[in-house]
Amino acid sequence: MLSNESKQDLAEIATQLRRDVIEMTYHAQSGHPGGSCSLADIMAYLYFYRMQYDTQKPKDMGRDRLVLSKGHAAPVWYAALAEAGFFEREEMLYLRKAGHLLQGHPCVHIPGVDATTGSLGFGLSIAVGMALAAKMDKLDVKVHAIVGDGEQGEGQIWEAAMAAPNLHLDNLTVILDRNRYQNDGETEEIMPLEPLADKWRAFNWNVAEIDGHDFDQIDRAFALADGCKGKPTLIYANTVKGKGCSYMLNKPHLHYTPPTQEQYMSALSELEGSVWF
Amino acid sequence: MVGNFRDELGKSFIAAGEEFPSLAVVTADVSKSTRSIEFKKRWPERFFSVGIAEANAVSIAAGIASFGHPVVFTAYGVFATEKPFEQIRNTICYPNLNVKIIATHGGISVGEDGATHQAIEDIAVMRSLPNMKVIVAADPGEVKAAVFEAIRTPGPVYVRLGRSVGGCIHEVPDHVAYEIGKAERLRAGNDVTVIAAGIMVEQSLYAADLLEKQGVSAEVINVRSVKPIDTEMITGSAEKTGAIVTAEDHNCCGGLFGVVAEAAALSVPVPIEYVALQDMFGESGNGKELLDKYGLNAKNICKKALRVIERKRKGDANYAVK
Repeated sequence: MLSNESKQDLAEIATQLRRDVIEMTYHAQSGHPGGSCSLADIMAYLYFYRMQYDTQKPKDMGRDRLVLSKGHAAPVWYAALAEAGFFEREEMLYLRKAGHLLQGHPCVHIPGVDATTGSLGFGLSIAVGMALAAKMDKLDVKVHAIVGDGEQGEGQIWEAAMAAPNLHLDNLTVILDRNRYQNDGETEEIMPLEPLADKWRAFNWNVAEIDGHDFDQIDRAFALADGCKGKPTLIYANTVKGKGCSYMLNKPHLHYTPPTQEQYMSALSELEGSVWF
Repeated sequence: MVGNFRDELGKSFIAAGEEFPSLAVVTADVSKSTRSIEFKKRWPERFFSVGIAEANAVSIAAGIASFGHPVVFTAYGVFATEKPFEQIRNTICYPNLNVKIIATHGGISVGEDGATHQAIEDIAVMRSLPNMKVIVAADPGEVKAAVFEAIRTPGPVYVRLGRSVGGCIHEVPDHVAYEIGKAERLRAGNDVTVIAAGIMVEQSLYAADLLEKQGVSAEVINVRSVKPIDTEMITGSAEKTGAIVTAEDHNCCGGLFGVVAEAAALSVPVPIEYVALQDMFGESGNGKELLDKYGLNAKNICKKALRVIERKRKGDANYAVK
């Protein structure tokens, strides 16, 4: 059960992560701000409430893992990692710039990044491998994977979805970022996914459907995951693409579009942020 | 004399499981035909069969490797390298993870299953990947040495094996000398260098015998390591003989012929001929019969050797290949 104080703290962190996403993608003039903002609350919860890690020992074997299978949401992950202290905040200024740390999509040479992703459909399988390894090594490690809804079109997602319950991976929790938009538009217009949660139930996952921006619901879903023995949990998180930045709402064409100066200023003012550095 | 490739692989899995206690093995419904079932019997807790899902298997192997385990993913050549190609690229090679892809069923010598199951592009596609190393076992006696060398070498390694009986060139398995980046000179000669991979090594030795009867002295090199290739041995030999023939059970594009031509072009641009598939698919049939039908045999190696020597005599490295 989250205290009101924790919720307030997490909400402030999530706002900070969204601000960083806008700053990063504005300065890079490239990247995916919408699919990053939809994840900000879950990312804040993972890094500032749930996951066990030591930024001084980023490769410690006992750390909890996160695989961002929808790797294009890298900016919000980088924002969380910077906020947690895995690397200097200044690195965010150089997202996607040659010779700098932060690549367009996550890769393992970035401190705190546990798996290289970016090509959709692979991350859940990597997380299955991690969960298997954690059990083989008798490590009390929680493995998390974040998958996109557009990404559900990849066949490999379903190969991994079939494998994880059969392998009894109760140390694996998957968050499905159901923001309802993909590159070309609405998911239900391109290649309809519904009934999506039922598909995961049919694959024998423990499924929790939540509002992915409500910290109480996020917290209850992870508690449900921890209490479920013998099979993995899918947290079906209904989210809003571009959450927190009104200019992006219901604008599918903004999937891979950095903010203009006007959008940047309006988003920052909405997020009550001052301009960076 | 040792048995066939896959039985040797089964024995190698057992030996490797003992030698490398953290080794994990992943396969995709081919544990019997790859003989990885031998590993499963001994170490079920380190063995993962994920069903017919090669893409999933490769990325799962990546996840296990990220916990510090050396991991072997084993399947048939086509399905081990080409179906999950991008998974190998992005989840294994780019993060440089310690995953070994050990494939049986290399080449058209696979036989009866036909073209869908005959890996003829695997060497080309695997060697195109940054961080990936590629080795080919010439005979069943080399299998264990190749497997061990792959596992003890950090990072991704592709090991290509034949399906069954392969040309036996080693009476006693030679485990000591197998080293990534090193070729094996099996026979010294002065007129032409025959560089072969896999089961074509044995055919190259037969070809050298045939050539000797015609007064031609052929040097025979078992390439073993396609990437990195043993540039020193190959260019040294080419400087001496002035002519090269490559021989492989693989398509002519991007495989051993390509590797050797690239190495020679940079330092010893001598004329080169190749024995390989002529950019075409195979078919069903007895493996030996297919090798003969497609010219992957000693006779054709001899023919190419005589042709390349003729080109050398004419002093024309650009002589058009008929």
